[in-house]
Amino acid sequence: MPYTSAPHEHQVDTAELRRRIPGWGVDLDPANRPAVPRERMEPGGTGSHWAFPERQPEPSPRERSIEHLELPPVFGTVAPLKGLSGAIRRYAYARYSEGRAAHWLLLILGDRVDAVESHLRSFATLRPDNPVTQTGVLSEFRRHGFSSRFRTRRADRSHQWLDPIIIAGPWVLTGVVVAAAARGVLRRAAGRRT
Amino acid sequence: MRAMVYRGPYKVRVEEKDIPRIEHPNDAIVRVELAAICGSDLHLYHGMMPDTRVGQTFGHEFIGVVTEVGSSVQRLKPGDRVMVPFNIYCGSCYFCERGLYSNCHNVNPNATAVGAIYGYSHTCGGYDGGQSQYVRVPFADVGPALIPDWMDAEDALMCTDALATGYFGAQLGDITQGDTVVVFGAGPVGLFAAKSAWFMGAGRVVVVDHLDYRLEKARSFAQAETVNFAEIDDIVVHLKRDTDGLGTDVAIDAVGAEADGNFTQHVTSAKLKLQGGSPVALNWAIDSVRKGGTVSVMGAYGPMFSAVKFGDAMNKGLTLRMNQCPVKRQWPRLFEHIRNGYLRPKDVITHRIPLEHIAEGYHMFSAKLDGCIKPVIVPNAA
Ligand SMILES: NC(=O)c1ccc[n+]([C@@H]2O[C@H](COP(=O)([O-])OP(=O)(O)OC[C@H]3O[C@@H](n4cnc5c(N)ncnc54)[C@H](O)[C@@H]3O)[C@@H](O)[C@H]2O)c1
Ligand SMILES: [Zn+2]
Ligand SMILES: [Zn+2]
Repeated sequence: MPYTSAPHEHQVDTAELRRRIPGWGVDLDPANRPAVPRERMEPGGTGSHWAFPERQPEPSPRERSIEHLELPPVFGTVAPLKGLSGAIRRYAYARYSEGRAAHWLLLILGDRVDAVESHLRSFATLRPDNPVTQTGVLSEFRRHGFSSRFRTRRADRSHQWLDPIIIAGPWVLTGVVVAAAARGVLRRAAGRRT
Repeated sequence: MRAMVYRGPYKVRVEEKDIPRIEHPNDAIVRVELAAICGSDLHLYHGMMPDTRVGQTFGHEFIGVVTEVGSSVQRLKPGDRVMVPFNIYCGSCYFCERGLYSNCHNVNPNATAVGAIYGYSHTCGGYDGGQSQYVRVPFADVGPALIPDWMDAEDALMCTDALATGYFGAQLGDITQGDTVVVFGAGPVGLFAAKSAWFMGAGRVVVVDHLDYRLEKARSFAQAETVNFAEIDDIVVHLKRDTDGLGTDVAIDAVGAEADGNFTQHVTSAKLKLQGGSPVALNWAIDSVRKGGTVSVMGAYGPMFSAVKFGDAMNKGLTLRMNQCPVKRQWPRLFEHIRNGYLRPKDVITHRIPLEHIAEGYHMFSAKLDGCIKPVIVPNAA
């Protein structure tokens, strides 16, 4: 009880626990726990055989956090910056530290722009984006979408209906705006002719 | 080669990509035998992680066979069958030298706050991941290890992240004999954390989730007590009542950024991206642990701010411990536990999916359909 100093029930039946649970207590002694202590000096114990790694060639200027004093010797090279999203991301890296919300908000904006740019670009390829196959939504039928959700009580039902809106919403909206604009242009053209 | 590729939030497809090449003398190229989808991949899939670029291949849990090594690689050769920790790290910087592999300073230009992770956005270094037929493995002399002969392939796969992370999470709880431990989240990480809490001498282990099928696994796999938070009004009150009003000694957050249970928190983070992550489970952990207790955070959050109940943590004198798991540090001891039969990691695997069907795998795992707990991807089906 929290209101008295009576000992908290830490008197457990260790024999029973050992019987019931395979491995109970094997790491009771912190000395057996690999993550203890948090910092454990092990120079040379990691397999590295360098004081500082050789530098990977830098094919094109690699964006980096302004908190880094220099470009780290090894880095990923997938999806280099390009297009408008690339410009936004480059600015986020060049201008703001990781401590600034602007840094992350710009990067998230870059992500949204990247998705739009990439979808548009895909229409000029032999393999345009296919929302049906890429969202895997057909698994709703193969993987028991209905009974998985409605057989038991689940907390995520309160918001899962938002997903289709988030995924398809911007496209529907763009479609509506484009259609309305086209209608306006046509009407104006028609008006001018009469 | 065939590889999973991100196409924007909620969209992935399989594409033809060039087989990765050696870009640094200590690189290796690995032909992937098995990969997995992790709860962390969902943060990318939902578009929550800043600087996740269209065209990247995800996947930080994989095992495979070395096909090529760079000129300075000494410990691996083509043909070796390896398990690869999800951390990319140099082994020689200030942090690596102290065993903080997940915090390596030499592998991620894009951020200093995080190390590097395979296939995990540019914020984590901009590397491709293992949900593909081949993958570039930097620092081949440091990260990968030969899979022991006696070890099952799927067990080895679980060691590359989920199992090591759950085990690490239990350790950060600083459990002492007889402690009551509550684990939020009955995904692979939570299940392994619950199981590991017993190794450290817990007296009671309680797992909280809203998915009954996962709670069932928590009972059978991790011998834990379970609570479905969707069926009770207030989980914090429930846990307090269940611990004589004190609260639990230790609480582990194995949920992270998509946490459910509070509509506003979930929608502002997972849908609107106005927060780094939805801290519902973290806040529950802070509020249900006893004063002076320890909260271990394994759940991952984005780098932006989140609405965390910090005042309660301060007033209660809590110890908050957290990190990305330094995976390889956990291995020798974990291998002993597996060998002794204390747990069978592959028991949490529910689905085995060919790479070509990965889009449906993502949807199923994200929407938690078909009893899915851990989906494994087979990139090079025979
Ligand atoms: N620290 C690390 O090194 C590391 C490594 C791997 C994974 N992770 C993180 O661990 C978390 C779990 O990973 P996973 O693979 O088990 O994911 P998962 O998606 O399979 O599991 C998350 C579980 O949490 C449940 N949940 C949602 N809201 C909850 C709430 N409020 N209270 C309790 N449970 C709730 C979900 O129903 C689900 O079962 C993720 O955030 C992931 O990013 C961290
Ligand atoms: Zn992971
Ligand atoms: Zn390092």
